[in-house]
Amino acid sequence: MPAPIRLRELIRTIRTARTQAEEREMIQKECAAIRSSFREEDNTYRCRNVAKLLYMHMLGYPAHFGQLECLKLIASQKFTDKRIGYLGAMLLLDERQDVHLLMTNCIKNDLNHSTQYVQGLALCTLGCMGSSEMCRDLAGEVEKLLKTSNSYLRKKAALCAVHVIRKVPELMEMFLPATKNLLSEKNHGVLHTSVVLLTEMCERSPDMLAHFRKLVPQLVRILKNLIMSGYSPEHDVSGISDPFLQVRILRLLRILGKGDDDSSEAMNDILAQVATNTETSKNVGNAILYETVLTIMDIKSESGLRVLAINILGRFLLNNDKNIRYVALTSLLKTVQTDHNAVQRHRSTIVDCLKDLDVSIKRRAMELSFALVNGNNIRGMMKELLYFLDSCDPEFKADCASGVFLAAEKYAPSKRWHIDTIMRVLTTAGSYVRDDSVPNLIQLITNSVEMHAYTVQRLYKALLDDISQQPLVQVASWCIGEYGDLLVSGQCEEEEPIQVTEDEVLDVLEGLLVSNLSTPVTRGYALTAIMKLSTRFTSVNRIKKVVSIYGSSIDVELQQRAVEYNALFKKYDHMRPALLERMPIMEKTASNGPTEIVQTNGETEPSVVEAKHPPPVTQPTNQVRTVFSLYIRKNTHLGLEANPNPNIAVITIHASNSTEADMTDFVFQAAVPKTFQLQLLSPSSNVVPALNQGTVTQVIRVLNPQKQQLRMRIKLTYTHKGSAVQDLAEVNNFPPQSWQ
Amino acid sequence: MRFLLLFSRQGKLRLQKWFTSMSDREKKKIIRDMTTMVLARQARSCNFLQWKDLKIIYKRYASLYFCLAVESQENELLALEIIHRYVELLDKYFGNVCELDIIFNFEKAYFILDEFLMGGEIQETSKQIVNRSIEASDMLQEVRFTGTHANTNALSKTQSVTCTCGVST
Repeated sequence: MPAPIRLRELIRTIRTARTQAEEREMIQKECAAIRSSFREEDNTYRCRNVAKLLYMHMLGYPAHFGQLECLKLIASQKFTDKRIGYLGAMLLLDERQDVHLLMTNCIKNDLNHSTQYVQGLALCTLGCMGSSEMCRDLAGEVEKLLKTSNSYLRKKAALCAVHVIRKVPELMEMFLPATKNLLSEKNHGVLHTSVVLLTEMCERSPDMLAHFRKLVPQLVRILKNLIMSGYSPEHDVSGISDPFLQVRILRLLRILGKGDDDSSEAMNDILAQVATNTETSKNVGNAILYETVLTIMDIKSESGLRVLAINILGRFLLNNDKNIRYVALTSLLKTVQTDHNAVQRHRSTIVDCLKDLDVSIKRRAMELSFALVNGNNIRGMMKELLYFLDSCDPEFKADCASGVFLAAEKYAPSKRWHIDTIMRVLTTAGSYVRDDSVPNLIQLITNSVEMHAYTVQRLYKALLDDISQQPLVQVASWCIGEYGDLLVSGQCEEEEPIQVTEDEVLDVLEGLLVSNLSTPVTRGYALTAIMKLSTRFTSVNRIKKVVSIYGSSIDVELQQRAVEYNALFKKYDHMRPALLERMPIMEKTASNGPTEIVQTNGETEPSVVEAKHPPPVTQPTNQVRTVFSLYIRKNTHLGLEANPNPNIAVITIHASNSTEADMTDFVFQAAVPKTFQLQLLSPSSNVVPALNQGTVTQVIRVLNPQKQQLRMRIKLTYTHKGSAVQDLAEVNNFPPQSWQ
Repeated sequence: MRFLLLFSRQGKLRLQKWFTSMSDREKKKIIRDMTTMVLARQARSCNFLQWKDLKIIYKRYASLYFCLAVESQENELLALEIIHRYVELLDKYFGNVCELDIIFNFEKAYFILDEFLMGGEIQETSKQIVNRSIEASDMLQEVRFTGTHANTNALSKTQSVTCTCGVST
């Protein structure tokens, strides 16, 4: 059998392949050759073959059949074999492989080898990918090597110990004695890895942390020497002596000083020294400054030092180097909660970063800007953020829009400003707004009663411009449906009222229904809006026509709505005004809001639907079982008696009024969860006399087939002293006897 | 550190070092994700990316991208220095290193890396000591792998990849 081809030869050959297929063919051929060679148990060429296999593995081809060969190489006496064998083990034999543990004995032997480079290979392999069992078996050997005077081995043993601790935390204790004089080493490699080991132990165990606090003075001294010492060619990086070690020490100091006054004080001076003396012209100096800032912010440093740290970050923000700006924004984001005022001072620089060309920086700047918004700066900040929303990449728009809504809700200086801000977001980023924003916005608009005319006018104008952004269209349709009467009557106070006729409004809404840009959900909104206008507009015939057309729509949702609305026109016309009247103010509830609790007729928007009014029925004469009261607004009292039937709960309302004026046009409405059915009988009268001189009685019958806990939403409307009043209440505490 | 990847501008993997145990499938997916993300970056972007819960630091040297993934509490600016240190070590060893050196001598690239880093941490901060260790280990080898890239280059005229010598920072 000819000698297997050399590694370089193979690489060269494979690189000549012009297609993937050609490459695959070559690889397969070579793999076959290698397999036969393995079968022949050839020691001479095993190394070469495994090396080739590793190359092919890097190209993405399977190499598992070489696993055992790696083990044989590791067991060989030749250094060349071991080198490739251990490399192969690290690439092919991680702990998920069955044969992984077979390495243990070889590694154990090699840890005690006479040649330090062989020991080094074993330590490296163990420290990179040793499994927990392997670590358990060999921890003792590692611990021995941790105490050797050979710095080459000692540094490797330290990192190996770190890996062992990560894999088997319980073994941490056994390395404690060996850490005794690790820091008195002169060798930087050992120093560095020792600091890493100490850091790992302190992070994992509060006891270790307490134990190692006494090292703070020593660490401070080492750091000081590094800074003060002259040029050291061996460790110099752009004029700074061993920045890797400096950063690692700073990190350990951070952990030791956190939450501990004494340690924090002991490191105060050196931190100030590093912060002020480090050369910042190159990245390496800034890397150290960065770590220093992180340490200062985490420990109990005095305020002067904290301000120094934030100012360093502020200077970073102005640095030409993008990486430095990015890192500054990230750090400021971490500190904005604890040192809010200090970070606020750099607000204008941060806001400027919104205009940075770099995507990573823009994102950080956006997050930080939202964190800095407060009641004082809301107007200015919102201007910048809205400008950013206009011009930013699509990947930012959804998050930015959500952030704007949140900030506006928390800090809006006026309702008008709030509505304007929402309008701006809807018109500029309307298609990126999250789905749950639509009901939230509707609720917000509903509750800003004095802005209804202004809002609907602006939304209407927006629709005339652009109907492609669905959230905008949905909110606009809903508002036009609700406040269309204000729109045509030109009642707007906030700005010049526009002249628009009923037909024009209906044109727009019908346009939404037919447009290809409208989603089915949007069409639903539009149809319902048109229907609502039947009680606000005079052109009822036109509306009737539209509704009847959609009774045969292919879209099932639209069809159902249209059919039900048709029914409203025909059979239940007397109920139409009450059903479609203006929405009440909605309380802020958790995500699902009123829709959960209210019996709806397939409508998706939140609504308080009035119970049906059947023809009057004689009052039932069951005996009274339970009585309880509900006070609304301190002066209106509802007494509820529940007379339970087996299936029907009969609740009688007695409304009384303790104010000096009568409540006229008194209407009581109630709504119940879906599983119930409600029947509201006629009230005794609609005037509740003043000063408790009489009561209005009304009977409610509730069918509760599933015997669930009875809940009810109540709405009272009446006229009192000349003005219209509306009250909402929720009754959840019906005594169990009333519904069981 | 979680992993270190080296890949070419065409997305071909030249070196992979994993500091935690992962399945082959996960590794392949990460390699795909990293190459896609990094190669899509604009020329003058900052060298940092957020990916899941890790920070990705990448830097291009000639035709090779060095891509390092670190945990959230680590220092990104120092990670750039770590990458640079590794490039310097390669440069010293190969003499004006370029991508072809790493392709044809990938095992050496791994040996050098394993003297500099271990288990995701730095094991030696002195350039000279790392270099000396590698040289000494090379001397111990009974069989030398012949062929610096200079030899192989002469034979590979068909290659479209020309050697862009010199390490650009």
